[in-house]
Amino acid sequence: MSSANDAVAWFREVGIADRPTVGGKGGSLGELTQAGIAVPPGFVVTTHGFELFLEALEAREPVRARVEALDPKDLGAVTKLSEELRARVLEEPMPAAVEQAITAAYRELSPNGEPVAVRSSATTEDAEDASFAGLQDTFLWVLSAEDMVHRVRECWGSLYSTESMTYRLKHDFPESGVAMGVVLQRMVDAKCAGVMFTRSPTTGDKSVITVEGAWGLGSAVVSGEVTPDKWVIGKITGEISSREISDKHARQVPAEGGGIQEVENEADIRKAPCLTDEELMGLREVGRRIERHYGKPQDIEWAVDRQGQILLLQSRPETVWSAKDAATPVKKPEGNALNHVMTIFGGKR
Amino acid sequence: MADEQKSFPLPSSVAVTPGTEEAQAAYPYYAQFVPEDDERFWFYNSMHFPEPMHHFDMITAEAAYCALGSFNTRVHVLPTTKGIDHRIINGRVFIGGVPVTDPAEIEARAGEFQQRAFYYYKNWERLYDQWKDKMKALIADAQALPTPTLPDLEPIETTHTGKGVAANHALIDTYRKQLEGYFRMWHHHFEFLLLGYGAYLTFFDFCKRAFPEISDQAISRMVAGMEAEIFKPDEEVKRLARRAVELGVDSHFHDAMEIEEVLGALDQLGENGREWLSELETSRNPWFNVNVGDGFYHYHRSWNDDLSMPFAALPGYIDKVKKGENIERPMDRLIEEREQLVSDYRELLDSDEDRATYDQLIGLAHRVFPYVEGHKFYCEHWYTNLFFNKIREFGALLRDHGFWEAEEDVFHLTHYELESAIVDLMLAWSSGSDPLGPKRWPAIVAQRKAAIETWAGETVPPALGAVPDVIDDPAIVMLWGITRENLDTWLSDGEENENELKGFAACSGVVEGTARVVKSVKEIGRLEEGDILVCQVTNPTWAPIFQKISAAVSDIGGSMSHMAIVAREYGLPAVVGTGSATQKIKDGQRIRVDGGRGVVTILDEERVLEDA
Repeated sequence: MSSANDAVAWFREVGIADRPTVGGKGGSLGELTQAGIAVPPGFVVTTHGFELFLEALEAREPVRARVEALDPKDLGAVTKLSEELRARVLEEPMPAAVEQAITAAYRELSPNGEPVAVRSSATTEDAEDASFAGLQDTFLWVLSAEDMVHRVRECWGSLYSTESMTYRLKHDFPESGVAMGVVLQRMVDAKCAGVMFTRSPTTGDKSVITVEGAWGLGSAVVSGEVTPDKWVIGKITGEISSREISDKHARQVPAEGGGIQEVENEADIRKAPCLTDEELMGLREVGRRIERHYGKPQDIEWAVDRQGQILLLQSRPETVWSAKDAATPVKKPEGNALNHVMTIFGGKR
Repeated sequence: MADEQKSFPLPSSVAVTPGTEEAQAAYPYYAQFVPEDDERFWFYNSMHFPEPMHHFDMITAEAAYCALGSFNTRVHVLPTTKGIDHRIINGRVFIGGVPVTDPAEIEARAGEFQQRAFYYYKNWERLYDQWKDKMKALIADAQALPTPTLPDLEPIETTHTGKGVAANHALIDTYRKQLEGYFRMWHHHFEFLLLGYGAYLTFFDFCKRAFPEISDQAISRMVAGMEAEIFKPDEEVKRLARRAVELGVDSHFHDAMEIEEVLGALDQLGENGREWLSELETSRNPWFNVNVGDGFYHYHRSWNDDLSMPFAALPGYIDKVKKGENIERPMDRLIEEREQLVSDYRELLDSDEDRATYDQLIGLAHRVFPYVEGHKFYCEHWYTNLFFNKIREFGALLRDHGFWEAEEDVFHLTHYELESAIVDLMLAWSSGSDPLGPKRWPAIVAQRKAAIETWAGETVPPALGAVPDVIDDPAIVMLWGITRENLDTWLSDGEENENELKGFAACSGVVEGTARVVKSVKEIGRLEEGDILVCQVTNPTWAPIFQKISAAVSDIGGSMSHMAIVAREYGLPAVVGTGSATQKIKDGQRIRVDGGRGVVTILDEERVLEDA
């Protein structure tokens, strides 16, 4: 049974195998932390925490049974229940032990009110797809315990969005298995940030690393609000084979009082590369380490802080090309190795 | 497809430049374009013959294509291609492949190929050892040929030994032996070459398919040899620098030195000076038999002919030795790096099957590569130097008999004409009358000199004739790197950025600096620390000055050229095969070299007024 002691798990205590209780994002950050990769510290509010909260809700008035009783085609009813349940998740009291556990962990993570990010961390693989709508909540630059708890509730509440409930009903997912982790992580006041694929998104080539980045927080790159600079780096050789420096008109920065805001970039940095070659080599090194750790190409979010340190914010397996890998070998081995030369000489290329 | 079809001019539409008709007609009849050639595709062999051909130097094209074709067509029996035809117009060599297109013929040839070429692959090391012995014997034969001379009277020994052959006979004998040796050398050259490139390219092809974005450099670094002959000349210069310090004679070497004076001073210096001079002799034979071009022209002289290249490098190396820097090649580290590279790429492959194929292919590439890298020293450098220097001796002898003014004028005659001049001299010596050559040749030499000067200023079309749909000739793809895509680029030439030159990415790194356009080895003294070298042909013999420069750009060369290999060794950003860097870049301009992308950008748009 869930106990409030298990409501919180630090990154250093969990790994990818803990996905059922900490979600994919939390498990991955734990895995990276354990592997010695520089990840901003943080913890996960586990599914145990959520379940204790849900038990408290159920004790007052049913939740799961009412969702299961819905007709997914009756959008009016789904919307009405969604509004009701989300309000309950946001407003009804949380078991004191759970709230204390979360708040205590937060105080440890952010003793002086350092900013944190709050993100949902889904427990099932397909929930990481965009198709499982409404489960991708991210709240940046959260500055107080009250706000933090509110954001955790918002993440939980997203389980009862109309999209999320409709999806579960259509796919016959039992409500008893519905749970979610919430990741709390110290935020980096990034000089620049972005994403990195440890293979080519255009050809699938595993021997290159593609880096995209822009000034400020990575949210601008992930959301596509700014055209990032783009580099292609030889994974093994470190050659930088392509540099596309874009005109980065704006960046996202922390807003006063919490959250983020967009500001115009000054003229002198708009067309300047946001990463130095040394930083690119640092990213390549980290990318290779993570890929080696998981044994497959990764899709990584990174940031460089004001001191120039590279920090990893997220890593997940690359999915588009991986599906095509190993389907056909490049070239089958030959009984006689010499037969290979016939590709050049025999016109059989 | 809807685009307007662009094409290259037909051979018949290329006019011989007025005033050079006779010089053009003097090239062998079998190298002149004929009307039927309009049906075929020809491309300008600017890689091997970037400059107008002296009439004698055409022997290199002739001997090389005689040998290349023989091995492709009739010895190894390549299934899809035969040899290379060559033509010359306005001093420029155009070549065309002879592909095999009939499927039945390809199949029959493939059967032959597997018997013959596979035998070479299976016995590669033994046959290559045997090859080196053959080449060394051929070199020894050439070295043993006498200097052509004609005494006033035969030495008395001719009488006493009953020799029965007079001195003039030695002229034709030596000349024909030397020509025979040159033709033979080119056969040896092609005995392994295509097979070696083919095995390498098989690996290259696999890497490009497994890793679509892998750079050519990364692939060549995986196969590059460590002990290859091409590194030896530079290693010898380093050794001489170290010895100069050890012997305490290093103060004689500085940037402004006169080589002859230094050699004289060392000889006067006593034991240590003479000791260094004897070390120099050890290095010279054979390692300074490298020439400063690629050995295809008589004027690509060797280090032994002109010590300015190795001597230019000595002060820099001496400085480093005195500072306690290690200038030797870190062999263990290089080997370790190569092995790491091979295993890192292997790890990225998806399946055991691919890894098994990769192992087979890299194994084969490593076996053949010593030849691919090593043969040039014996063929294009050592033998070719001996050959052209022997012809020079004939040039001097004929000059002494009034045939022309300068020894070098001999290279304005075809090898047939030179034989006729030699026979002319033999007859005259024999009859005791005057040769007729002195009345004939000076005008011809002057005319051909003028023709070459005219031709040198001309723009040459990159190709002639019909554009083929595909270029599937492995020899052309391998040796010249010409593909259908290249042709499209050539056809669209002039539509691109004028300040940008594209070439092969030889060694990555981005550097901005001052361009130093160096047209010959005589000018290397102009290179200052940090300059970017811009030259026509780069070659391993330029390696010693790589310590001084910040990047290198050349007109000619592929990513597998020796220059590229050495640049990678030095970690020197380099772009090779730009086609026209020495013409488009002005001395003193600021340029940016991006060796990873193979792009050179001219940063100063204004002309630099050097001597204004």
